[in-house]
Amino acid sequence: MARTLSRRMFLEASAAVGGGLLLGFTLPVRRRVLNDRFAPNAFIRIDRDGRVTLIMHKVEMGQGTYTSMPMLLAEELEVDLNQVQLEHAPADDALYAEPLFGVQETGGSTSVRGNFEPLRRAGAAARTLLVAAAAQAWKVDAAACRAERGEVVHGPTGRKLGYGALVDKAATLPVPHNVPLKDPKDWKLIGTAAKRLDSADKVTGAAQFGIDVQVPGMKVATLAACPVFGGKLASVDDSKAKAIQGVHQVVRLDDAVAVVADHMWAAKQGLAALDIRWDEGPNAKLSTADIVRQLAAASQQPGVVARKEGDVARAMAGAAQKVEAVYEVPFLAHATMEPVNCTVHVRQDGCDVWVGTQVPTFARTAAAKLTGLPRERVQVHNHLLGGGFGRRLEVDFIIRAVQIAMQVAGPVKVIWTREEDIQHDMYRPYYYDRITAGLDQRGRPIAWSHRIAGSSIEARVISQLFPKTLRVIRAGGVHRLGAMIKGLDLDAVEGAAEPPYTLPNIRVEYVRQEPPGVPTAFWRGVGPTHNIFVVESFIDELAAAMKQDPFQYRRALLDQSPRAKAVLELAALQAGWGRPLPPGSGRGISLLHAFGSYIAQVAEVAVSKQGDVRVPRVVCAVDCGIIVNPDTVRAQLESGIIFGISAALFGEITIRDGRVEQHNFNDYPALRINEAPAIEVHLVNSREAPGGIGEPGTSAVMPAVTNAIFAATGKRIRKLPVKEQLREAKV
Amino acid sequence: MVTLSINGNARTVDVPADMPLLWVLRDVIGLTGTKFGCGMALCGACTVHVDGRPMRSCVTPVAAATGKQITTIEGVGETPSGRKVQQAWLDLDVVQCGYCQSGQIMSAAALLASKPHPTDADIDAALAGNICRCGTYVRIRAAIKRAGG
Repeated sequence: MARTLSRRMFLEASAAVGGGLLLGFTLPVRRRVLNDRFAPNAFIRIDRDGRVTLIMHKVEMGQGTYTSMPMLLAEELEVDLNQVQLEHAPADDALYAEPLFGVQETGGSTSVRGNFEPLRRAGAAARTLLVAAAAQAWKVDAAACRAERGEVVHGPTGRKLGYGALVDKAATLPVPHNVPLKDPKDWKLIGTAAKRLDSADKVTGAAQFGIDVQVPGMKVATLAACPVFGGKLASVDDSKAKAIQGVHQVVRLDDAVAVVADHMWAAKQGLAALDIRWDEGPNAKLSTADIVRQLAAASQQPGVVARKEGDVARAMAGAAQKVEAVYEVPFLAHATMEPVNCTVHVRQDGCDVWVGTQVPTFARTAAAKLTGLPRERVQVHNHLLGGGFGRRLEVDFIIRAVQIAMQVAGPVKVIWTREEDIQHDMYRPYYYDRITAGLDQRGRPIAWSHRIAGSSIEARVISQLFPKTLRVIRAGGVHRLGAMIKGLDLDAVEGAAEPPYTLPNIRVEYVRQEPPGVPTAFWRGVGPTHNIFVVESFIDELAAAMKQDPFQYRRALLDQSPRAKAVLELAALQAGWGRPLPPGSGRGISLLHAFGSYIAQVAEVAVSKQGDVRVPRVVCAVDCGIIVNPDTVRAQLESGIIFGISAALFGEITIRDGRVEQHNFNDYPALRINEAPAIEVHLVNSREAPGGIGEPGTSAVMPAVTNAIFAATGKRIRKLPVKEQLREAKV
Repeated sequence: MVTLSINGNARTVDVPADMPLLWVLRDVIGLTGTKFGCGMALCGACTVHVDGRPMRSCVTPVAAATGKQITTIEGVGETPSGRKVQQAWLDLDVVQCGYCQSGQIMSAAALLASKPHPTDADIDAALAGNICRCGTYVRIRAAIKRAGG
């Protein structure tokens, strides 16, 4: 076994079980405490037949990481992309923590950002070992050898050896120090539209999502949780359910009932046949209006300061004009196409969990806590995710499935019906924002005050993470630690605290106000999805107040942010900004700087006389730094834009009598193909560090659409979703 | 006992006559390519072909499919339109999370079998019942046109 400490990372080469080369390496966690123990957190295995396996610490939920991560490795390892196969990593934070978070997690548009350099370094180290092994075998100078397409070639003689023939030798050699990475001009894979590695299985039905797991002896269960948040199970009469063919068992939990059966149909019928009495508890009369009243009151109170530059009060007092607005965004469900589900087998000596999750170690810890088993006795078998969008960052459904499985002999697959999935999600918070600007004579915002009131997802997540908090703090650094101590939720203010515009006097505050009983969670685009809507709508209001063109108004405020200005100009140019549109139509523009990326969008809307909104076209300009796979970037923007339009036009979870009022795709609709816009994505050629791309499309499109509605109708949308607001407006 | 013809193979299963075909395929026979999404024919993830016609298997009682030819995503590649659609999906890298794609492909294959050169309006009509939360619609439309080109 050989070990070395390179400039940025540990690397270790060893023989793989059954032969071959195993290269372990660390994806560096910021401020990681280096100790004597070598702790690789990513692995590459090269078998004697030349197959390369990347043990993936990231999950695939559509965003393309199963293609982009192997591209980074293959680029430096000098293998074809289709020579790399993937394995899901097991749950282990010590091994697989995400560099940007300190826990094993896929989310926050971090995969390429966190792994761009480490995966290439690992590939380069492995390639160097293989070249050295070949040089020794041939007794030639390694400098006369090169690697290409999974082989080492001796230049002068043209001799070749495949990687498979070299792995055993390579495993005994010292790992090289500081292998230089390729010059970007020599990249063969990075920057190319390489094909997705997961397509073939996904077009033939062979792909295995969590819900597809089949374990011998497995039963299927479905459940009803108390429809009122915080309520309990009072009693249940299961006599009729038990008479249904295929029903085996009725499981009672504190606040839910599950029916265990041979198959989902029997379980569903059994559930329908139960006579359940709920104790509805303290939230039995709760409604959305109560929650909004509390938020509105909270937003009158001073908050924790997220950003303070200059003297806002003085600048406001001296302003020629003042513009004020209140913005509101609703609770949102994730509604992943794969309803949440989890298969669990609890035994005396161990527990297996089959699931698709963004946070496998949380799943493991949760199962260990509930069962009282040591963590190492809990195996999490991760799967493809039928959509994540933040839903599978939570383990509530895994906890529920383990609780049920603890009462069942043998493995049980617990499947939420779509109705349960929507009514017992963890929701994007309802946010209530007050925003005020003071303008000078020329209309420039010389004072900017923004106060955000809403639930703190970070506070809940951090309290749940303990005792992992230290590692998370280490990953997040002093900045995040300081914020936590003063009660600032950095996610809740992301996109608001640092708008790209020149704002000499700015004050941004956050007031935490939790909705009683309603669980809240991250949702695609996280903080920026709410804040970009507010900031970009309000900037549009300022332009309108000054009767200025909204594109030119923004542009004039971007002298200090050239990348933002460039994407704004590109989007406007490509969209034909200023060109006339038919009556009832309008264009809206928006700008985002978040997740390390810059995005500008122009949406076109058409509003019918009845007030129905269509979005026929969206033009998007992106500068996300170095692009690993341009086709993935395009796909993620198309995806994020459509996800965002669904939410902007009709996404809304409302509460009445303590219950979610929506049930299924009939009353919680998603955009359909006949409603989807044509989307044009224009990529900026950039050498900046890679930015995230999974989430910003969603965040940027909402204000582009509502600003376009303003352009078309004169109606300013300050509360999402748009839904029927235009039915009242004069069009 | 119910005998079904699935992808050309006869399968006899002991299930109630009113059991939706979806759960027979997934939980009894073990063909998991057909997906559960909504249970109410709202999302199209469970689409299969019954005698060549696209049906939402989550609301199709198994009794309604007996004596008919059932084709699922696992078998649609054996049909000319299914093969073309799958290839177009690969050519354009349509999929993202992939969960809804079985249903999308089944709807698209049925459309192409009846209309080899579908218009945008044909595509809207045939695919509007299939939701994709990843928003792959731009590519679905392009892939159907490619398959029909």
